[in-house]
Amino acid sequence: MSKQAAEPRSRAGAEEKSATGVIEAPPDPETLKRDQAAAKERQKDRLSGLDKETLIGLYRQMLLIRRFEEKSAEAYSSGKIGGFCHLYIGQEAVAVGAISAIRKDDYVLTSYREHGHAIAKGMSCDSVMAELFGKVTGCSKGKGGSMHMFDKELNFLGGHGIVGGQIPLATGTAFASKYKGTDQVTLCFFGEAAVNQGAFHESLNMAQLWKLPCIYICENNQYGMGTSLERAMSLRDIAQKACAYEMASEFVDGMDVLAVREAVQRAVERGRKSYFPTLIEVRTYRFMGHSMSDPGNYRTRAEIEKYQERDPIKLFSTTLLEEKIVDEKLLAKMDEEIREEVERSVKFADESPLPPPEDLFTDVYANPITPGRAK
Amino acid sequence: MATITIREALNQALREELSRDQNVFLMGEEVAAYDGAYKVTKGLLAEFGDKRVIDTPITELGFAGLGVGAAMVGLRPVVEFMTFNFSILATDQIINSAAKMLYMSGGQFNIPIVFRGPSGSAFQVSSQHSQAIESWYALFPGLKVVMPSTAADAKGLLKSAIRDDDPVIFMEQERMYGAKGEVPEDPDFTIPLGVADIKREGTDVTIVARSLMVPIALKAAEALEKDGVSCEVIDPRTIRPLDIDTIIESVKKTNRIVLAEESHPVCSVNAEISAQIMEHAFDYLDAPVKRVSGADVPMPYAKNLEQLAVPDVQQIIAAVREVAYLD
Repeated sequence: MSKQAAEPRSRAGAEEKSATGVIEAPPDPETLKRDQAAAKERQKDRLSGLDKETLIGLYRQMLLIRRFEEKSAEAYSSGKIGGFCHLYIGQEAVAVGAISAIRKDDYVLTSYREHGHAIAKGMSCDSVMAELFGKVTGCSKGKGGSMHMFDKELNFLGGHGIVGGQIPLATGTAFASKYKGTDQVTLCFFGEAAVNQGAFHESLNMAQLWKLPCIYICENNQYGMGTSLERAMSLRDIAQKACAYEMASEFVDGMDVLAVREAVQRAVERGRKSYFPTLIEVRTYRFMGHSMSDPGNYRTRAEIEKYQERDPIKLFSTTLLEEKIVDEKLLAKMDEEIREEVERSVKFADESPLPPPEDLFTDVYANPITPGRAK
Repeated sequence: MATITIREALNQALREELSRDQNVFLMGEEVAAYDGAYKVTKGLLAEFGDKRVIDTPITELGFAGLGVGAAMVGLRPVVEFMTFNFSILATDQIINSAAKMLYMSGGQFNIPIVFRGPSGSAFQVSSQHSQAIESWYALFPGLKVVMPSTAADAKGLLKSAIRDDDPVIFMEQERMYGAKGEVPEDPDFTIPLGVADIKREGTDVTIVARSLMVPIALKAAEALEKDGVSCEVIDPRTIRPLDIDTIIESVKKTNRIVLAEESHPVCSVNAEISAQIMEHAFDYLDAPVKRVSGADVPMPYAKNLEQLAVPDVQQIIAAVREVAYLD
């Protein structure tokens, strides 16, 4: 079997690594300030070579997801959205940074916390919000809901509700790219809790064994529901698990949209050129509960606030402002436009019709069979 | 017509479909270099190469899911489980992914995949390698479940399963690979899914049997004929969707029915058929429905106990005589 040297991990990641663990007391303001300043400096280094339009586009998408999720929470609280609703607030830089590094015809699969990925892949707020509202105009005609968003045109392949269930599927779409001889890559997103599932290990083994162009992006938000990484995983350096399969891996600061983008770009290149897979551990944090019914008693307010200091959207807007790529006026204008776009999606979802009762029995089979008919 | 074994009939079906469609590929444990644990895939690696006939690691959940993912984007995988006992590890991907993808994506992603392999009782391999779990898969909308009992059915149904745009669970019988039968040589020969076959016509008692129970029911029918009892033997061939109409029509004629199966009796396919007979043909019955099932125990190893656990000709004869009030 051919061996492949893993990419060196990014230096930015190494510094972020110490940032895990339950925080009992707020860190002192001096340390926080130093952390923020260092993160900002690293982000500034990454700006070079990126045009203004791209940078503003990344910011806009992150803000769109943030505002969309805020509205989702509101709509959930007022009973417009049912079932489970897992919000992406705090993790926006991951989906936006990663998906900005691929083409439209590349595949994306993710877990049930997927509103952000759907929007980042190009799905409209209307179709995502209408799906949340259980309306026929939703991306899955109201049959999937919050956890099962799909868009075939955009190669957005869900939205999967069983922890880790999408990992073998994504390995399969990568297999298909190689089988057909295309250079499409697959991005497979999952939380760190999925790493404990057999599906993760079975998939990584096959992907490296058969050289399948799948980029496994572990969004390590440090909690599987209410169970912290410390209480659930023996080896907590997730990127290191790639070594078990001789797979290339990286560790990335998930609060820095440009760091995520760069890491995924490197992995995409590896996938397109030589079909090699990559495991990327992205350290991030969810600012909201696991779902809308989360009691939040497993972590401290201080810990959440510490991460909010490094809010990926604030971090990026500060960089863009300091580098004079945007000004306050433009940011305010964008925010207003985005709020209107999201508001329109709520109106669209609200006014859209429910799925007709006859839809209950459609889409079960592509080739429905009336038994005995063909005799 | 050529007389070949079920093993050869399945092999022909795979070979023909691999030739017919470049998007069809085979994967599973030992399907390539080893020629298949039961030799169903014999010679296919040599003919089609390792791109299309793929040995997997022992990683059932992983390769089942990989197959479903590949099917989402246009390939048509035929995934072999060395036996369906091992498919139990892959049920999350079969049930939560394959069966539900079309529905939960609002009709966008159908899954044209076949999961196939031997199932049911084998010879003295004890509890974990010898069981009939078709009623599990038959429970789920989105799946189609097929169980052939003859060489011709095996070939014609497998070809239809591979050409079908939905996930198909194709359960072969581990003891029956060597059974011979006549098979048409036309490469376009197929048998539609969802259509029962009347394996023997009769007028006095209907016997519904599938898979291994079909030859056993036919032997019982032969013996009963000598006693003046005419049995009609129906093989549903497809469990989901079930051709209940053919069964109901037969019951309306014979007014008596025996249901034979290998699997455990509780929540079995026969329990379902029995319920549907109550719903659709209650007034036509001259005797209660009689079920003959595998013993309600894990499969034992000892030969004598194993024989007791699998329904045999005598049990079916006794059941027929009971519903015909002959004893």
